[in-house]
Amino acid sequence: MAKHATPLLDQLESGPWPSFVLDDLLGVLELSYKHGRTHWKHGGIVGVFGYGGGVIGRYCDQPEMFPGVAHFHTMRVAQPGGKYYTTEYLKNICDLWEFRGSGVTNMHGSTGDIIFIGTSTPQLEEVFYELTHTFGQDLGGSGSNLRTPSDCIGSSRCEYACYDTQAICYDLTQEYQDELHRPAFPYKFKFKFDGCPNGCVAAIARSDISFVGTWKDDIKIDQEAVAGYVGGEFAPNAGAHSGRDWGAFDIEKEVTGLCPTNCMKYENGKLLINTKECTRCMHCINVMPRALHIGDDRGCSMLVGAKAPILDGAQMSSLLVPFIKVEEPYDEIKEVIENIWDWWMEEGKNRERLGELIKRQGFQKLLEMTNIKPVPQHVQEPRHNPYIFWNEDEVEGGWDRDINEFRKYHQR
Amino acid sequence: MEYEEAKQLIVEKLTKKLKTKSKFYFNDLSKILGLKPREAKKIVNRLIQDQVLEYWSSGSTSMYGLPGTGKQASAEHEE
Ligand code: SF4
Ligand code: SF4
Repeated sequence: MAKHATPLLDQLESGPWPSFVLDDLLGVLELSYKHGRTHWKHGGIVGVFGYGGGVIGRYCDQPEMFPGVAHFHTMRVAQPGGKYYTTEYLKNICDLWEFRGSGVTNMHGSTGDIIFIGTSTPQLEEVFYELTHTFGQDLGGSGSNLRTPSDCIGSSRCEYACYDTQAICYDLTQEYQDELHRPAFPYKFKFKFDGCPNGCVAAIARSDISFVGTWKDDIKIDQEAVAGYVGGEFAPNAGAHSGRDWGAFDIEKEVTGLCPTNCMKYENGKLLINTKECTRCMHCINVMPRALHIGDDRGCSMLVGAKAPILDGAQMSSLLVPFIKVEEPYDEIKEVIENIWDWWMEEGKNRERLGELIKRQGFQKLLEMTNIKPVPQHVQEPRHNPYIFWNEDEVEGGWDRDINEFRKYHQR
Repeated sequence: MEYEEAKQLIVEKLTKKLKTKSKFYFNDLSKILGLKPREAKKIVNRLIQDQVLEYWSSGSTSMYGLPGTGKQASAEHEE
């Protein structure tokens, strides 16, 4: 017999995978449905010693009625690069969470962490001790700090990877431990690493600095394989979208005609790409992976300022560094990151994301603060302001002039 | 700035403001200290370590306060 009657929710418990398991949890939810309001409060002082993130306080505002969930704190556990686990690791952390917490998890939260949902204050240090000492596992970020950096599987399994996403994700995670665990930013800050513009971790939509793999030289073309696609020998899109009959493969309709910059043509049985105009959108490569391959001069683009819609609407990242090599020890990349942080930490208002600061003070200010020279790729649209304002140091001689020298040539 | 001097300054200012405010942004602290964020962070980290300050977090934002002064103490049903 259940502790609380939950007629509105009983359906959730049917089927092979009941989505809610705890009596009190169901009880709170039933009450919320009845009242049409939440009975959860979030936020608090809870955390583990020395860390300002990784734990999010949750309390039920009806603790007498639902003592089992009076505290129901969330813990964020840093996910491994590419989200690869051994079964043993998963079993271990699940056992730990069943013993010390609710046993309810979320794989994974939007930031990428493994989310442990629901435990009480005294359990936090216990869980943290076990994670760090027994499983070599850290907590992730929350609050106004660097959030757990997240990456796509990259070169571990994907031939499109233009750099080793896991290597740089791990390196920056280690380098910026202080930023990750001790919040001193105006608000959250996210790094995400996509090995190529296919964007499997959606870096460009979700991170304050998005690292998107790209290359500089030509897309490599195997003309024989192109002919294979045209002749129907290979399934386009590696056989994806094959649930319905789309008719014979049409290279003009499906590849060259969809190239966003119109830089391709298929002529006399040969595929041609004008590299200068190619934006590395990946479309042609995705459709004909056997025939086309990313170039060899590889690196990434750094884009900045994506955010969710809270203020001013949602925003995608804007291009800041068109191309940068991704090589250990990543010094050049770290310099850009730290210049951005210096600016944002000093100028950002409380709860202002980097993208909002860029809007408020201007992209040009960002270029100045990062010592990056403006290039055509930074230009979003033709100018609509006819005036040009110069800074004193940009003008020969500055604002001062030698009046005597001037009078030599001009009368009063 | 010396650590002890900084500590005194923070405790004094935060105690004074207690009537109206118990949680402070990092920005508020670096302003009180009159230091650039990076410098202020070193001191604030130590104040946390020494339990002169404690973190408060909503999950999305983090704030700082003197231990036991935030509204949370009662919200947690703990004295
Ligand atoms: S983002 Fe690109 S490199 Fe990374 S997994 Fe996806 S397709 Fe592969
Ligand atoms: S990658 Fe995109 S832009 Fe470049 S040639 Fe292929 S379809 Fe065109």
